[in-house]
Amino acid sequence: MQPLAISRYSVVNCLGAGSQAVTGAIRERRSGLAPCDFETVALETWIGRVAGLEQVRIRSDLAVYDCRNNRLAQLGLETDGFAGAVAAARERYGAARIGVFVGTSTSGILETELAYRRRDPTSGALPPDFRYAETHNTFSLADFVRRYLSLEGPACVVSSACSSTAKVFGNAARMIAAGICDAAVVGGVDSLCLTTLYGFHSLELTARGPCRPFDAERDGISIGEGAGFALLERKPAAVGAAAVLLGIGESSDAYHMSTPHPEGLGAKLAMTRALESAGLGLSEVDYVNLHGTGTRTNDAAEDRAVADLFYAVTPCSSTKGATGHLLGAAGITEAIICILAIGHDIMPGSANTRVVDPALGCNYLVANREGRVRRALSNSFGFGGSNCSLVLGAAA
Amino acid sequence: MMRAFVEGVGLLGPGLQGWAAGRRVLAGEEPYRPAPTAVAASELLPAPERRRTGMPVKLALAAGLEAFGAAGRDAAEVGTVFASSGGDCDNVHLMCEALAAPERQVSPTRFHNSVHNAAAGYWSIATRSRAPSTSLCCYDASVAAGLLDAASQIAVDGDPVALIAYDHPYPEPLNAVRPLGASFGAALVLAPRATARAIAVLDVAFVPQKAATARMDDPGLEALRAGVPAARCLPLLAALAHGARETVMLEYVAGTHLRVAVSPCS
Repeated sequence: MQPLAISRYSVVNCLGAGSQAVTGAIRERRSGLAPCDFETVALETWIGRVAGLEQVRIRSDLAVYDCRNNRLAQLGLETDGFAGAVAAARERYGAARIGVFVGTSTSGILETELAYRRRDPTSGALPPDFRYAETHNTFSLADFVRRYLSLEGPACVVSSACSSTAKVFGNAARMIAAGICDAAVVGGVDSLCLTTLYGFHSLELTARGPCRPFDAERDGISIGEGAGFALLERKPAAVGAAAVLLGIGESSDAYHMSTPHPEGLGAKLAMTRALESAGLGLSEVDYVNLHGTGTRTNDAAEDRAVADLFYAVTPCSSTKGATGHLLGAAGITEAIICILAIGHDIMPGSANTRVVDPALGCNYLVANREGRVRRALSNSFGFGGSNCSLVLGAAA
Repeated sequence: MMRAFVEGVGLLGPGLQGWAAGRRVLAGEEPYRPAPTAVAASELLPAPERRRTGMPVKLALAAGLEAFGAAGRDAAEVGTVFASSGGDCDNVHLMCEALAAPERQVSPTRFHNSVHNAAAGYWSIATRSRAPSTSLCCYDASVAAGLLDAASQIAVDGDPVALIAYDHPYPEPLNAVRPLGASFGAALVLAPRATARAIAVLDVAFVPQKAATARMDDPGLEALRAGVPAARCLPLLAALAHGARETVMLEYVAGTHLRVAVSPCS
């Protein structure tokens, strides 16, 4: 593919708001995970909760979109000067030439979960203040973002579980290559809700303590929440870009709805296609940010794919021990962590991982490693066997 | 403008039982008689997966497989774009009901079926396809968003791709706040170049302004189009059924449109 400039990005999660806060946490190998205190959830598990969301006020003209997911979206758009950079791009290209391709898995379903507790005792009806389209519907996020940024180009939500916000880069890249857009806002948001906390618990996939990716004693995921956005533009147009998107690879597992292919076949295909799309050889990737959720089977399958493909040489790590698993927002968050790795020449170690599972073969970083990172690959895999890998590079 | 050749069509809706029969109705050769949408689980799915699929997944698979049958292509080799406003609406209701109950007992199957890409996951298992697949939502314009994405894939990557759109009504109480008129599924297998199977060529353009949205002449079909997001592609399917040159305006996000010029392949 033609490389695309990532001219601005923003990130918010339990490590903090903004790339400086996230970079600082990575340097200190700090984790943002804490015992679950969300809503009335009574589960023995840890979560990555964004502080202060309860106090966020949605911009008054968009008050009908108020829900935890869109509050987190607004926080993301207001962080790292992102909304301002989009406004400048809108001046350059025109509002109709900028697309919005964002991802979420559960959107504002928390509103529906809470409304179901307040159903009319006789009719069973939902309370009159419940707003389906602006909160629950999967499209709500893209609708909110395009209105917030006053954009009039194509817009939609990609919702493919935990690969969603990696895959949006592909949708945007195609729209730009096809000449429908000059620029695009990509990324997305996922926020804490009962569906995912109780759902992953029912599958016995939540860790009791903080998640420990690739650890010999790993026992599941820690669910987190977060927002991340990136502004993509054609390369020559963007001066002073932060990084470039070099390649993207997508695949399906064709295996099982909630368990990855044990040999990581789908994962391997996604990585191979991403490298082909970037026109790069294996040795040209300096760091791999793994999906690394911390479940027994996910880490084992991804390890097989990565160790096979990169001959167990390329340094790799999961950053979910620090951020938790941001589900639909994992792709954009980890793409931005790769950009930070490239910008600061630091490969993040794996927070909370103590002893790497000796049965796993890839070159897994527990401690931070300093060193030149020119290109990084980021993996995101989701339920339904939906896989996506991104290749990111330095701007110059 | 982006060009795509239609090689196969799938259609399942109330009174539109398959493309062969539905085509005659949409062409005006037979009257439209609404009847409940009938669909069975795909035999291609392994038995455990077959038991776990709800109506929306059955709809998506049946429409998709019909389109691939007509196109004569192996679904394992072709990428897919799934478009739906609400995914598995029965499943969402049952999840929310369980989470509102004191014991909060959620079934693992129900949880993994709650992802918006559940249909894509089952499709990949049924067809053994490891090809890329995306799952989109754009509220009432989900099928337009899917068509634009599919057209851009063909324009940029030059590979065939299938668009599969489906929607299925919520039960109460969600039905009262988001009524989806009926169960409806439609699919198009699209190719970058003319082949012997091609029935029409589509030229797709994004029109970033208000325009007159195409409607159906028949009041029953127009009610279906207006009432079900996935059925918003009916004017495009009608143009394919007519087999004449026609330009169809499909409403996209916030009053924008897709202009789809349809020309039959002789």
